[in-house]
Amino acid sequence: MAVTLTVNGKTQQVDADPETPLLYVLRDDLELNGAKYGCGVGQCGACTVMVDNEAVLSCVTPVLLLEGRRISTVEGLGTMEKPGPMQQAFIEQQAAQCGFCIPGMMMRAQALLQANPTVDEAAVRAHLEPNLCRCGTHMRIVKAVMRAGELMHQSSQSGGST
Amino acid sequence: MVRAAMRAMRFLTGLAILLVLGAGAFVSYAWHSAIDPIDPPSQASFDRTLVARGADLAAIGNCNVCHTAPGGQPFAGGLGIPTPFGTIYSTNITPDPETGIGRWPEAAFIRSMRKGVDREGRHLYPAFPYDHYTLVSDEDNRALYAFLMTRSAVSAAPPENELPFPFNMRMLLAGWKALYFREGPYQPDTSKTAEWNRGHYLTEGLSHCGACHTPRNRLGAEKKDEYFAGAEVENWTVYPINVNSPAPIPWEADSLTFYLRHGWHEHHGASRGSMAPVTANLGSIPEPDVRAIATYVADVMGRPSQERIARGEAALATVRKESASPLALRASSTGSGIGEAIFLSACQGCHDGRRSVPFGGLNLHLSSAVNAPNAQNIINVTLFGLPAAKGEPSAIMPAYRGVLSQDQLVALLDYMRERFSDQPAWADTRERVAATMNGEREVPIYRMDGTTQAPPETSMRTAPWP
Ligand code: FES
Ligand code: FES
Repeated sequence: MAVTLTVNGKTQQVDADPETPLLYVLRDDLELNGAKYGCGVGQCGACTVMVDNEAVLSCVTPVLLLEGRRISTVEGLGTMEKPGPMQQAFIEQQAAQCGFCIPGMMMRAQALLQANPTVDEAAVRAHLEPNLCRCGTHMRIVKAVMRAGELMHQSSQSGGST
Repeated sequence: MVRAAMRAMRFLTGLAILLVLGAGAFVSYAWHSAIDPIDPPSQASFDRTLVARGADLAAIGNCNVCHTAPGGQPFAGGLGIPTPFGTIYSTNITPDPETGIGRWPEAAFIRSMRKGVDREGRHLYPAFPYDHYTLVSDEDNRALYAFLMTRSAVSAAPPENELPFPFNMRMLLAGWKALYFREGPYQPDTSKTAEWNRGHYLTEGLSHCGACHTPRNRLGAEKKDEYFAGAEVENWTVYPINVNSPAPIPWEADSLTFYLRHGWHEHHGASRGSMAPVTANLGSIPEPDVRAIATYVADVMGRPSQERIARGEAALATVRKESASPLALRASSTGSGIGEAIFLSACQGCHDGRRSVPFGGLNLHLSSAVNAPNAQNIINVTLFGLPAAKGEPSAIMPAYRGVLSQDQLVALLDYMRERFSDQPAWADTRERVAATMNGEREVPIYRMDGTTQAPPETSMRTAPWP
């Protein structure tokens, strides 16, 4: 069966059952391997992507809910050559140990900062709470998100696009 | 508009009644003298065993829940309690001399519990449930006082109550008391067992279960003839805990004891909403007291009829059968469409009964929520999830607010009601879904450790609803 999905701005048909979790479609059909399979039951956040600007756990989200919605993954935040502010900040802060949780962290943080890039650290911590990191990279992750907020705020001040 | 007009009407009727009663009862109830302030007693002056007992009693009384603002210091007050009459802010009950109860002598504390007046002799609003606390014994009040007076003093003045005239006139509370308040302490029923009496004393007194589980009348008093009949509090549906309990498997003293202590039971699911802090508190006290409460409440629910027992057994048999047979992965082409498809693909993975509660979700054949008079609790849990407890294992559920549209959620709820309950379809699901999604119904989300994620955290959405 075919499902139409819009991922990172590109609308495409995917041959998948409507009941399939978005995570499987992203990884197996669209070869977008940024979102990770951690637990598969909505408890770790490794699979977090954005749907219409909201952080969503793709492992427990069947694609049948997503027709006509805008899905973004970590691949949509920038490229190797031109990393987006969130990616840039994580590189600057070297905010990864094994890296498995990082795409999910970035996407949940992106949802927060896109709405308000100047939130304080307490809000960042509270917002990222559903996402687990098994390596203990939390302090750097929080720093990176604060830095990403700065970068996004600066570029919105200077009229640049993010 | 209609709602506003009705509210105004209700307000005016309430006002008239209160004025009359206030005048009438003024003489008998109104006046209490001030009790002289004292120099704050030193912490060392309190007996440690008394303090420890007070800690347990405070947990039974759930004092921390109302007397702590979201993100604030324990017992320092400042939580806004919405009532039909306006917002009342809880007071600081730490021993701070200026903003707390540091200058209250023990006699003033005991009087406030027994009579609902503060040290200065002013009437307290019954948001402080003295209609229950009046039953607490002097001995227990002394322990509570010792416990509170040995907390760290926090300087924090609560915001002013937001009560329109005339509800800001405390004198009127004399009228309310004349109507609804019967002074304690508790008198045991000698025809019952000691455990039952202990349970009755705790349930009706400190635990004040009826404050949520019994519906209230226009003047905010519990309707005695609808004892434990269920209500709606903070936009959570509070289940009846009398003969009308919606639990498919009837509660018993044993299952209730387990649930109240652990915050979950394999045949009933996890406690959430405003019940989460209650079970968190009851998990910290000696078991015999929880068992006493459970014994009394199970007695109020009564012995279930043969028919109910049979229905419970049938539900359990269905669950066992389902968890032993392969999962239906796809909505049947003849099935109930989108609601079924969402359930099978998003909910069933956890709620199929293969992993038992609390590690997996409850099989909904056992759910009180699908048998409740409305869908509100499932709406709340589906949209906002169950956040993890801080620093301890707990049941959790992912939030679906980021992805479900109104139509999808309504279809899902209709499907769940149809499949898992033999009650008629819910009538107001769409209104409830809409009002919860647009924030008109503000839903506080409590963690299972009892800390709230009160608003604004509930509106953690960063984008408008789809
Ligand atoms: S993989 Fe989705 S939350 Fe863990
Ligand atoms: S960096 Fe390894 S899980 Fe977070």
